[in-house]
Amino acid sequence: MTALRIKNLQKTYANGTQALKGIDLTVEAGDFYALLGPNGAGKTTVIGIVTSLINKSGGEVEIFGHSIDDDLAAAKSCIGLVPQEINLNLWERVENIVVNQAGYYGLPRKLAQERAEKYLRTLRLWDRRNDIARTLSGGMKRRLMIARALVHEPKLLILDEPTAGVDIEIRRFMWDFLREINAAGTTIILTTHYLEEAESLCRDVAIIDDGRIIEDAPMSTVLRKLQREIIVLSLSEVMKEVPRLDNYEMLLREDNDLEVAIEPSHNLNDLFRQLNERNITVVSMRNKTNRLEELFMGLIEKKSNSAAKDPS
Amino acid sequence: MNLKLNAVAIQTLVRKEVVRVLRIWVQTIVPPAITMTLYFIIFGNLIGRRIGTMDGFDYMSYIAPGLIMMSVITNSYGNVVSSFFGAKFARHIEEMIVSPMSNAAIVIGHVSGGLIRGLFVGLLVTAIALFFTKLEVQHPLVTVSIVVLSSIVFSLAGFINAIFAKKFDDISIVPTFILTPLIYLGGVFYSISLLPEFWQTVSKANPVLYMVNAFRYGILGRSDIDISHAYIMLFVFMITLFMVAVTLMNRGVGIRE
Repeated sequence: MTALRIKNLQKTYANGTQALKGIDLTVEAGDFYALLGPNGAGKTTVIGIVTSLINKSGGEVEIFGHSIDDDLAAAKSCIGLVPQEINLNLWERVENIVVNQAGYYGLPRKLAQERAEKYLRTLRLWDRRNDIARTLSGGMKRRLMIARALVHEPKLLILDEPTAGVDIEIRRFMWDFLREINAAGTTIILTTHYLEEAESLCRDVAIIDDGRIIEDAPMSTVLRKLQREIIVLSLSEVMKEVPRLDNYEMLLREDNDLEVAIEPSHNLNDLFRQLNERNITVVSMRNKTNRLEELFMGLIEKKSNSAAKDPS
Repeated sequence: MNLKLNAVAIQTLVRKEVVRVLRIWVQTIVPPAITMTLYFIIFGNLIGRRIGTMDGFDYMSYIAPGLIMMSVITNSYGNVVSSFFGAKFARHIEEMIVSPMSNAAIVIGHVSGGLIRGLFVGLLVTAIALFFTKLEVQHPLVTVSIVVLSSIVFSLAGFINAIFAKKFDDISIVPTFILTPLIYLGGVFYSISLLPEFWQTVSKANPVLYMVNAFRYGILGRSDIDISHAYIMLFVFMITLFMVAVTLMNRGVGIRE
C-alpha cells in the first residue's frame, strides 16, 4: 500500500516564485521517510500542499489512495501534521487543544478525552493538562503539537522539523517515541535540519533542492555513496603547523585538533603509522560531521557545479 | 460530505467558542452591559424625559428594542471577526484547515459562536432594560426570529471581514466606518417618520433599519416598515453571505497561499 503518491507537483506563488518544479515522490505505508533540503528548497511547500494548507499550481497528490482533488476529506482523515512553526492557541488549556482537535476529526467527546489523556500521558504533558499552552516551554509546545497530531491516530504522520530548538534529552525521548509509533504501523515523513536525526530514524530519504528532487533512495543506499569522511584527532601537544603526511589532506585547529580527510583508498593503520613516525600522539578520535550531512552538501555542490558548466 | 463527522466538528467548535466567550468575559460580556446601562441612563432617562414620547411610546420604551438589537448585532459581528481573525493570526486556524471538517462546518461553527454570544448579550441587555422600563413582548415569535436571523447575518458578515483581514486594524475598520453609522442611522433612537421624505427613502436602503424596526414590532407592536420586508431581506442576506463565506473558504482566500 502506498501512503503518499505525488506526481509532477508544481507550485508557483503569487509573487512568481516557483517553489516546486514538478516533484514525483512515493512513500510506502509503514515507512519512516526523510525529506531533506536546504532552507527554501520546497520541503514545507510540499507538506503544505499535502495537508491542504497551500494550494497547488499543478500535479497530483494521493494519500492512501485518496486524491486531494476528488476525495479531500478522506485524504485529510489519514494525516496528522506537526508543523514547523508553533501554531497552538496559546490561551487555550492543554487538554482542550487536544480534545478539540479530535472533535474536528469527528471523534465523539468521550473518545476524544480518552485519546487526549493517552497521548498527553505518553508525551509527558498530563500534569500540565489544565495549564494554558502559553505557559509551556518550547519543548513542551512541540510535544503538545505531536499529541494534537496523533489524537485521531492518523495512518500518516508528517513532522516538519519537530525537534527544532528542543534539548538533547527531549529530542532523544521524541526519537524513541517516533520509532515506537512507526513500529506500531504509522507511516512517518520527517523533515529536519538535524541530519543525524534523519540518519538515525529514517529508512528512506529524498533530498529536495530548488524545487526538484535530487536524490530519492533508501538511506543505506544513499550513505553508501559517500566518498570520504572527516575525522578529528585530538593531539596530546599543541602543534605550530600542519604535519606533512603522505596522501592525507589535513587541517589544524586551534585546540590541538587535527582534521584528516579519509578517502576510500586510505586506511587508518597507515595514517597512525605516519603519525607515529613523527612522534605525534593521538589522545582521541571522532567523526567531524555526520555522513549524511557530507552527502547532502556534496549533492548540492555537484548540482551547482553542473549547472555552472551547462547554462542551458 | 460526512454529516456525522461535521456534526461533531461543529459541536466541538461551538463549545470552544462558548468557552472562549466565558474565559474572556471581561472583554465579551461586561463592556456591552456597561455601555447599554449608560445609554439607558443618559439617552433613556436623562434626555428621554425631555423628549417625551416617540410614536406613542415613552422614549425609554421606544429605544429599548433598538439598544437590545444594537448590542446583539455588534457582539455577534465582533465575536466572529475577532475569533476567526485571531485564529488566523496565531495560525491555529490550521487545526481546522488540516482536518476533514468541511468549510461549511467551519463557517457554521463560528457563526453559532457569534449567535450564542449575541443572544447572551441580548438577554443581559434586556434584563438591564427592565430596570429602566417595562417591556411587554407583543409578538414573541417575531421577536425571537428577528433577533436570531439578525445575529446570524452579522455573524456571517464578521466572518467575511475576518477572511479578508490581514492585520488587526482591518477588523475594526468595518465596525467603525460602516456598522456603527448603519446602526445609529437605523432607527435605534428615532422614528424615520421624523425625517424629511428624501431621507426616509435613503434610510430604507439601510438593512439595520429593517432589523431594528421588526424587532421593535415584536416587542412594542409598532414599526416604521412592513416586517415582511425585514424577513425577506434577512433571508436573502443570510443565504448570500453564507454562500460567499463558504466559497471564499473553498478558494482559500485569506487562509491558504
